[in-house]
Amino acid sequence: MGHDHGATVSPSENMEAFLNGLWKQNPVFVQVLGTCPTMAITNSARNAVAMGLATLFVLVFSNMLISMVRRLVQKQVRIATYILIIATFVTMVDYIIKAVSIDVYKALGPFIALIVVNCIILGRAEAFAGKNPVWQSILDGFGMGIGFFIALFCLGSVREILGAGTLFGFSLFGSNFQPWVLFLLPSGGFFTLASWLLVFAWWKERGKAKEAQA
Amino acid sequence: MNEVSLGFIFIDSLLINNFVLSVFLGICPFIGVSNKLSTAWRMGVSVIFVIVVSSVLAYGTNSLLIAMHAEYLRIITYIVIIASTVQLVEMFIKKTSPALFRALGIYLPLITTNCAVLGVALFQTARNYSFAQSVVFALGSSMGFTLALVIMSIIRERLELSDIPNLAKGTALVLMIAGTLSLAFMGFAGMGG
Repeated sequence: MGHDHGATVSPSENMEAFLNGLWKQNPVFVQVLGTCPTMAITNSARNAVAMGLATLFVLVFSNMLISMVRRLVQKQVRIATYILIIATFVTMVDYIIKAVSIDVYKALGPFIALIVVNCIILGRAEAFAGKNPVWQSILDGFGMGIGFFIALFCLGSVREILGAGTLFGFSLFGSNFQPWVLFLLPSGGFFTLASWLLVFAWWKERGKAKEAQA
Repeated sequence: MNEVSLGFIFIDSLLINNFVLSVFLGICPFIGVSNKLSTAWRMGVSVIFVIVVSSVLAYGTNSLLIAMHAEYLRIITYIVIIASTVQLVEMFIKKTSPALFRALGIYLPLITTNCAVLGVALFQTARNYSFAQSVVFALGSSMGFTLALVIMSIIRERLELSDIPNLAKGTALVLMIAGTLSLAFMGFAGMGG
């Protein structure tokens, strides 16, 4: 994907830039990046969705801007430039969330500002947006952002269902359900992510075993 | 101004609300550098230094920003402060101990994106800590990070010799151990009043 010829990119390559982040290179389950927000704020599905959307916004716009200025930036100062661009969009998200919902803002707290140091965003800037045309970078941002969103949702919903017996605040099991509080506690975050990683590892192994048989 | 005592802030950030095991900050280096005790220890010490220096600088800068009514620049200035502190530590270590510099390798510049560093700066601002409280908080939480890192590296050195199913090798196993450690650290809740 290193070539750089703007408008002549075929649709299939665009599609690939998008799908790559969604599944094959899923930032959380496959690359195990951005684990801090993944576990810290996924104790309910609502928080997970808010965090996923905020990260998606920052990822798409920073990818776009970084790709636009990629020819102007000197190689030595590129990381500093990327971080400044990312920090600008994170400040915007911080104020947007504060304006839209003060509840969500309080629940996420300093973790909104901490999107700056989410390795996924700087990782995509360095590995993709700094080398590729604008349109593909936007698609890559969308793919990775939605991949991250799905991962957050997988964790958040599992933890909320097991830990509180609800999903988005709606009760699922009736009043006799004994909530498994462990999953709302910090250790539940570690265990849930570990289990998802095991599921993905098993999936991969199974695919390999099938290929070997065929 | 926040009225919490210094001793409580220290115990709280070191053990009860340990940065790695219960606030989930600094997980990436926690997974990445915890496979050998010697590296984990060195990484921990450089992180303590970076966190304390950047916390002091962030405190000063924040008062300046408030005086200028430019709070919206907070995230940007903090990240610049942290990046320059890391650069400083890097030059210092390179000059004084080239062996340590080689051992830390890529993880040294990566301290910039260690969320624990930015986390300390942001938490002390959000909680309105005074200067002394900020420094104690920075010391406590960075030592808590080092503590978790060192414990994990000791466990992982032992694990090298044991028989683990292929599927669980690597990150999944580290996360499960971290979950158990996190449960153990919950026992500290309620300490220090």
